[in-house]
Amino acid sequence: MPITKVFSTEIERVSILDEHGKFDEKLGKGLIPDADLLRLYESMVACRHLDEVAFRLQRSGRMGTYPQNMGQEANSLGAAYALNKDDWLVPCYRENCGLFWRGVPMELILLHWMGDERGNAIPRELYCTPLAIPIGTQMLHATGLAWASKYRGEKRLACTFFGDGATSEGDFHEACNFAANLEIPVIFFCQNNFWAISVPGKIQCSAPTVAQRAIAYGMKTVQCDGNDLFAVVKCVRDMAAYTRETGKPAFIEGVTYRLGDHTTADDARRYRDAAEVEMWKTRDPITRLKAYMKDRKIWNDSKEGELKEKVEKEIAAAVERAETIAAPTRDDFFNAMYAELPPDLERQRDTMQTHGLGEDPAQLEGAEVRQLDHPEHAH
Amino acid sequence: MANLTLVQAINLALVQEMEKDDRVIILGEDVGPNGGVFRVTEGLHKRFGAHRVVDSPLAESGIIGTSIGLAMAGLRPVPEIQFEGFLGPAYDQLCSHAARMRTRTRGAFTVPMTVRVPVGGGIHAPELHSDSPESIYAHTPGLKVVMPSSPYDAKGLLVASIRDPDPVIFFEPKRIYRAFREEVPEDEYVIPLGQARVVCEGEEMTMVSWGSSVIQCMQAIERTGRNIELIDLRTIYPLDMDAIEASVKKTGRCVIVHEAPKTCGLGAEISARIMERCFLHLEAPVQRVTGFDTIMPYYKLELEYLPDAARIARAIEETAAY
Ligand SMILES: Cc1ncc(C[n+]2csc(CCOP(=O)(O)OP(=O)(O)O)c2C)c(N)n1
Repeated sequence: MPITKVFSTEIERVSILDEHGKFDEKLGKGLIPDADLLRLYESMVACRHLDEVAFRLQRSGRMGTYPQNMGQEANSLGAAYALNKDDWLVPCYRENCGLFWRGVPMELILLHWMGDERGNAIPRELYCTPLAIPIGTQMLHATGLAWASKYRGEKRLACTFFGDGATSEGDFHEACNFAANLEIPVIFFCQNNFWAISVPGKIQCSAPTVAQRAIAYGMKTVQCDGNDLFAVVKCVRDMAAYTRETGKPAFIEGVTYRLGDHTTADDARRYRDAAEVEMWKTRDPITRLKAYMKDRKIWNDSKEGELKEKVEKEIAAAVERAETIAAPTRDDFFNAMYAELPPDLERQRDTMQTHGLGEDPAQLEGAEVRQLDHPEHAH
Repeated sequence: MANLTLVQAINLALVQEMEKDDRVIILGEDVGPNGGVFRVTEGLHKRFGAHRVVDSPLAESGIIGTSIGLAMAGLRPVPEIQFEGFLGPAYDQLCSHAARMRTRTRGAFTVPMTVRVPVGGGIHAPELHSDSPESIYAHTPGLKVVMPSSPYDAKGLLVASIRDPDPVIFFEPKRIYRAFREEVPEDEYVIPLGQARVVCEGEEMTMVSWGSSVIQCMQAIERTGRNIELIDLRTIYPLDMDAIEASVKKTGRCVIVHEAPKTCGLGAEISARIMERCFLHLEAPVQRVTGFDTIMPYYKLELEYLPDAARIARAIEETAAY
């Protein structure tokens, strides 16, 4: 028999609470206790509201470019909930909800998008890495972070998030290959929201699922309904158990949708069908969960009203904290450059305010420098 | 003639070169129906079709690497990289291959591609959207590096770049993408690479700059009211040292202005060349007004980082006082 089959496989898709409100009792029972469910719901609502506020801040010039999380909240939240508090969360930039669950203060995230580097000063004990702009690079860091845990004999794993676009970058493939071959306990979580700015998912991956990319690396993989908090929690929990047990990596494709523009600098109407967006709105993770909780009689309109009020206050307070923190000063961009500022850089810092040349004023001793009308640094 | 922004002038050059030469194709992230994140390729997808204006996967190494192959096979790819900060993944392809192919094959294969990249700060963008890495590429033998400072120049320089037989990195200062308009002829014209432009003539001092810093220099010159000769390099490599030399020999003083960090910035190279060629003509040390040797800060502090008219004017006064 000269031709034999050497490989075939299937990929499972996990859905527990579907978009019609049907709940799979077998998979979902006991997965999330009601008390937790209420807190998770609250967290998603807060995250969504922060998005809306951030959008308005951007439009009124109080914030720079901001990438909305709208519609994708269940993914990073479900993961942060399912993981241990000291597992590494290695986000891209649409994972606010998971970061907030972990304890990252909202004002830090706001500050970051307000163009202030102190917003990325995430406390180390939260085990979250900073937001960084290059697409596709952080999966390698996650692999290294998890590798360090393995090296030290700890059970801490890393879970990294990225979009479907990111799976086109070489670094993604290098991370998968390292993690699989060196058996590193990292979970790769693709938030497949179907678009990378204007480029549709099929230009990033011509296979029917992103999840199957992992198969090429010999990695365990699953697809989940990323707008279903239950499905996300189950998949992350299962994969985390597997990863902790075997030390091997795993891959999750959370199928979701970017309900807003790519960022506030984008206008998705230019390239995206309105009907597609409308269809996805019916699968919104928040409304879906709310309907389920109402069905179960653990939620009602008056609780929703109270929550809305509470969340509005919470976000307004976070915005106020972010906006009232003293502005960064010129020295700030020098100070975190090195453990110890090299003398040359110190000199640049100390002369920049007084001298056009940013150099040693001693050079000019005795020279008569004509004063201009507006010698002060102009903005 | 039309009154165009930098973006429109570049768009016009692309349209005209694509119409003229079907070897010219565009590829990159979001360049298709969306017309690029800065809308520079707006309308081209509709006009020339998806096989000539190609939305690619999100992969800079892929974009540049395949462009190298396309160019080796005789096409004239014009890849777009969204921001200069994302040249990182493409660095290997640019420096290990694009720059070396001609030499490596003793001229049997060449890479006539033009990599279009927005560059520089001043637009309130997130990290890695505001850097000025031109000297990295000018330091890579085999590449040409261009940076226009006006719509008119952008059109003529882009045409020259696309027709150039060697790889060109065409940096577009995004701060002035739409900051002002200028008369730009519809008719074909070419501004040869390697020729600087004297923006204004003067006797008292020479200033050398490129990209959007040229605009800051003009403001600074106005502020001081001094009689200054401003040279816009236009092409960073090949460097038009003859133009600088002639001017510095006339004025005896020189201030160089750029956004990039000071250490190993292009100002260092130009200053050293002036020492070599004009030492006996100098009345003052050559001075530089630059960004600092720090990471370009997030946007709240970017104006503190970028050389602005006030800082440049101070440098002019200090240099004049020698
Ligand atoms: C290396 C790199 N190239 C390009 C960009 C510009 N850019 C920012 S976000 C983005 C799309 C990302 O798409 P995806 O990975 O699917 O994530 P999503 O934003 O859809 O969540 C692009 C092209 C970048 N930040 N980094």
